[in-house]
Amino acid sequence: MEIFVQQVVSGLATGGIYASLALALVMIYRATDVVNFAQGEMAMFATYICWSMLDAGLPYWVAFVGTLAIAFVGGVTLQRVIIRPVEQAPILTIVIVTLGLLVIFNSLAGWIWTYVQKPFPSPFPSRPFKASLGLGEGHEIIFGAHELGQIGITLLVLLAVYLFFRFTPLGLAMRAAAHNPVSSRLVGIRVGWMLALGWGLAAVVGAVAGMLVAPILTLEPNLMGGVQLYAFAAATLGGFASPGGAVLGGFIVGVVENLVGTYVSFIGTELKLTVALGMIIVVLLVRPTGLFGSSVVKRV
Amino acid sequence: MRRARLARDAAILVLLAAACALPFLLSNFRLFQFTQVYIYAIAILGLNMLTGYNGQFSLGHGAFYAVGAYVSAIMMDRWGIPYGWTIPVAGVLCLVVGFLFGLPALRLQGLYLALATFSLALAVPQILKYFEHWTGGSQGLVLSKPSAPFGLPLNSDQWLYFLTLAVLAVLFWAGANLLRGRVGRAIVAIRDNHIAAEAMGINSARYKSLVFGVSAAYTGVAGALSASVIAYVAPDSFNVFLSITLLIGSVIGGLASISGALFGAFFIQFVPNWAQDISKAAPWAIFGVFLIGFMYVMPFGIAGAIRLLWIRVTRARVSPEGRNAVPSQAHTTT
Amino acid sequence: MTRTRNLLAMLLALGVTALATPAGAQTVVGVTATEVKIGNTNPYSGPASAYGTIGKVIGAYFKKVNDEGGINGRKITYITYDDGYAPPKTVEMVRRLVEQDQVAALFQTLGTPPNSAIHRYMNQQKVPHLFVATGATKWNDPKNHPWTMGFQPNYQTEGRVYAAHVLKNTPNAKVGILYQNDDYGKDYLKGFEDGLGEAAKKMIVLKQSYEVTDPTIDSQIVNLKNSGATVFFNITIPKFAVQAIKKANDIGWKPVHYLNNVSSSLGNVLKPAGLEASRGLITALYMKEVTDPQWRNDKGFTDWVAFMKKYYPEGALDLQENAYGYNVAILMAHTLRQCGNDLSRENIMRQAAGIKDLELPLLLPGIKINTSATDFAPIEQEQLARFNGEKWETFGELFDAFRKQ
Repeated sequence: MEIFVQQVVSGLATGGIYASLALALVMIYRATDVVNFAQGEMAMFATYICWSMLDAGLPYWVAFVGTLAIAFVGGVTLQRVIIRPVEQAPILTIVIVTLGLLVIFNSLAGWIWTYVQKPFPSPFPSRPFKASLGLGEGHEIIFGAHELGQIGITLLVLLAVYLFFRFTPLGLAMRAAAHNPVSSRLVGIRVGWMLALGWGLAAVVGAVAGMLVAPILTLEPNLMGGVQLYAFAAATLGGFASPGGAVLGGFIVGVVENLVGTYVSFIGTELKLTVALGMIIVVLLVRPTGLFGSSVVKRV
Repeated sequence: MRRARLARDAAILVLLAAACALPFLLSNFRLFQFTQVYIYAIAILGLNMLTGYNGQFSLGHGAFYAVGAYVSAIMMDRWGIPYGWTIPVAGVLCLVVGFLFGLPALRLQGLYLALATFSLALAVPQILKYFEHWTGGSQGLVLSKPSAPFGLPLNSDQWLYFLTLAVLAVLFWAGANLLRGRVGRAIVAIRDNHIAAEAMGINSARYKSLVFGVSAAYTGVAGALSASVIAYVAPDSFNVFLSITLLIGSVIGGLASISGALFGAFFIQFVPNWAQDISKAAPWAIFGVFLIGFMYVMPFGIAGAIRLLWIRVTRARVSPEGRNAVPSQAHTTT
Repeated sequence: MTRTRNLLAMLLALGVTALATPAGAQTVVGVTATEVKIGNTNPYSGPASAYGTIGKVIGAYFKKVNDEGGINGRKITYITYDDGYAPPKTVEMVRRLVEQDQVAALFQTLGTPPNSAIHRYMNQQKVPHLFVATGATKWNDPKNHPWTMGFQPNYQTEGRVYAAHVLKNTPNAKVGILYQNDDYGKDYLKGFEDGLGEAAKKMIVLKQSYEVTDPTIDSQIVNLKNSGATVFFNITIPKFAVQAIKKANDIGWKPVHYLNNVSSSLGNVLKPAGLEASRGLITALYMKEVTDPQWRNDKGFTDWVAFMKKYYPEGALDLQENAYGYNVAILMAHTLRQCGNDLSRENIMRQAAGIKDLELPLLLPGIKINTSATDFAPIEQEQLARFNGEKWETFGELFDAFRKQ
C-alpha cells in the first residue's frame, strides 16, 4: 500500500513538470491556433536568462520577476516579428517556422552558456516532508517541498489562466480573436495584438515552468527536450483546447507511467515511455479530441 | 498544356541521364551523399502523399523508416537473406503496417493525428531497444555493404547509387501515375472537402487507409535502402528528430508535389553541412535561420515557388484556365 | 630541329627532376612537410552535446602543441565535425574526413553507436581509428580490427571490479541496480552480472532502467528501496546520479552504494546531491578527480589548470571531461611524436600499439598506459575509492584487468 501511494505521489510530482509546460502549449494554441514547437526551448532560454541574473548577484525573486517581464516582451516580439509574416500561410509552414525557432534557441543557448549543466536554485526549502498517513512508523510517504511547491504554483497559474480567459474583457477579446478573427475585427478588436499578447502570456507561463523545473532536472540546453515530448503527450491526452485538461493530462501521464513501471513486471521500466504513449493513443481512439477537448463542429 | 508536359518529360529524361553520369564524375564520398539524398527523397515522397495530397498530418514517419531499415537489417543479419530481397519485403510489410495504422487514424483529425503519430515516433527507439534479441538492442546491428553483382566493374558506392536511383525512378514514376490519375484526384478531393467527396461516391475511409499504407511503404523502402547504404542500424538513428527532419524536407520541398520530395531531400542532406561550415559555434542556429528564411520566401515550398514562377513567366501565353489559377495547396504539381 | 631537340631535352630534364624528388612526404596521406591532419567527430549538438567539450579541449591542447613547435616540426591540423550522436551522420562525417579531407588518422571519435557505425569502414580503409571515446569492450580486438583502438577502462571491467568487491564484502546481500537503457548502461550491467557469476540470479532482486529523456528517476529509487536491496549499483550519468543520491537519502535508504565512474565528479554530482548524503559512496577511479581537494598542489593538476586558463578559458574547471580530453590528447601527441619522421598510417598504428608504461599527468599514481600487438586497451587499471564526506579515499589494491585475464 505504501509503495502504491509513494508511486502516486512521485507520479504527481513528475506529472506536475509535464503539466506546467503543457499549460503553456495549450495557451498558445488557444490564443493563436498554432502549435508552438519551440515552447520548451523558449522556456529553457528564459530560465537561462534568470540564471544569468542570479549569477550577476540579483536576489531570487527579483530575477524571477525580471525574467517573466523579459519573457513576456520576448514572446510578443517573436509573434510580431517572426510569426506575423507567415500568419496566412498553410499551417505546416508555420510549424516549420516554429521548428526553426526551436533549433535557434537551443543552439544559441548552447553557444552562450555552453552545454555544461548548471545547478539552479529553488525558492522552496530542500528538506523533504514526511507524512505518515496512518501507516505507522517507518512507512511514511515522502515528498519534497520543491515538488509540492511546483505543483502548487502550476495549479495557481492554471487558475489565473482560467480566470483571465473567462472573466476578463481582455481574455474574452483574445478568445474571440482566435476563434473568429474577421468578426473580431468588425467589433474593433485589434486581432494582431491579441495574437501577440497570447504569445507573450504563453512565454510567461513557459518561463515559470522552466524556472520551477530546472532545480529538479539541472539546467542545460536540453533541459526541456524530454519534458516537451511528454508535455505534448499530456496536452493531447487532456485535449489541446483545454488548459485544465492539459494539466490533468500531465498528472495522469506521470502517475500511470509510474504505476505501470512498478506493477506490470513484464513491462517494467524498459517500456515505460511506450506504455504512456500507447495509453494516449488508446484514449484518442475512444475520445478523438482528448479527454476534455470539444469536438470540432464544422459548417458544411 | 501539351507543350508544358513535353517540356517536363524532356527535363526529367535529361536529369536522369545526368544522374546516371554522376558515378563516373564524382568521388565516392559525394556519391554516398547523393545516394542519401535519393533515399530521403523516396521517404519524403511517401510523407508527401499522406500529408500533402491527402491532408493527414504525420509527425511520425520516422517510425516507418525505422521499420523498413530494421526489417531489412534483421533479414540480412539473422537469416542471411540477400539485401535485394529485403527491400520489397520491407515495402510490403510497411504497407500492411501503415494500412493497419491508418484504420484507427481515421478517427483522428488534424492536430490530434499529428500528435498521435508524434507519440508513435517517440516510442520507436524504446521499442527497438526492448526487443534486443531481434534488433541487437542499443548496440545495433553491423551489416556488410553490398558490392556490385554479376561482376560489374562498379565499386560498392557506385552500385548502391545506381540501385537507389533505379528504385527512386520506379517509385517516382509509379507515384506520379497514382497521384495524377483517379486515385490522386480522389485523395486530393478528400483532403479539400471530404464531405463533398463522400457525397460524390468516394469511399473516404478506404482511400485514407490505403494512402497511409502506400505512404508507409515508400518510407519503409527508403529505410531498407538506408540499412544497406549506411551498413549499420541502431535505435539512436531513428529517434523523433528523424521524423521532424522528414517533415521539414517535405514542407520545404513543397507539400503536394512529387519533385518537391527531391528538393526537400537535397535541403535536409546538405543545408545542415553548409550551416556547420558557416558557423562552428552555433550551426543549428544557422539552420534554423535557413528554415525560417525559406518559409518566408517560399511558403509553399521550393516546388510551389517554381510553379508560381512558371505561372508568372508564362502568364501571357497561357489559357484562361492558367490566368485564374490560384496558387494554393489545392493544386497538385509536378 | 634544334628547337625541338632543346624542347625534348628540357622535358627530359624536368621529368628526371620530377622523378628524383623524394616522394616520401607527398604520398603519405594527411601528412606534408609542415602539417599532419588528424580527424575527429564529436556530438556538439543533440542529446549528448554535453560531451562536446571533449572535442574542444583536445583542439585547445593541439593548439598548445603547435605553439610550442608542433610534432617534430609539423603542426597538427585538427579537423572535427559534429555528428549529433547520430550514427548515419557519423558515417557521413567520417567519410568526409577520410575521403575528402584526407586525414592521416581518426582520433577520439565519441560514442558507442557512432563508432560501431564506422568500425568496419575504418578497418577496410586501413585508417588508424585511435583512442575512441567509449568504454565498450569491442574496441580491443586487434586480430579482427587491427586499426581500431580503445582508450579508457571499459565499462564491463569496471562492473566486474564492483562485483568482485560485493562478493568479497557482502556475499549475502540483496542487490538492486539502476541503469540507463542504452549501450553504456547495458555494458556496465553485463560486466557486473558476469562478475557476480552464478550468484547473480540469487543476489539481484530488482533492476530498474530509465531513458535519457526521462525527467526524473524518483519512481525507480522508490521501487529499489522497496525491494529490500542492501547493495545498490548506480549506473547513471551525472544528471540522474544527483537525483538518485538525493532521493535515496531523502527516503532513508542507505544501501552499500556503488556509483559508476562516469558520475564520480565531486563538484558536479556529490556536491549538488549533498556531501553528507554522498558519504560512503564507492566508485572505481583511474583519473585524478579535478574537484577533489587532495590534488590541489599536484603538478599534473596545476599544469592542467594553467593550460585551461590559457588555451580553453571558457572551459569549466570542475568538469572531469575537460581533464579526460587533456589526458588523451597528450597520449595522441606522444604517439605522433614517437613516429619520428614516418607519419604513415602503418607507423602511427605501430607506435600506438607499442606504448610501455606511459604515465599521463591526470591519471592516478600507479596507473600506466600499456599497449601491445595483442593488447589494444591502453588503460586497464582501476582503483576503488570511497567518499568520506570530503574527498575520494582510495583503498584496496590496484585492480588490473589485464593481469586478471
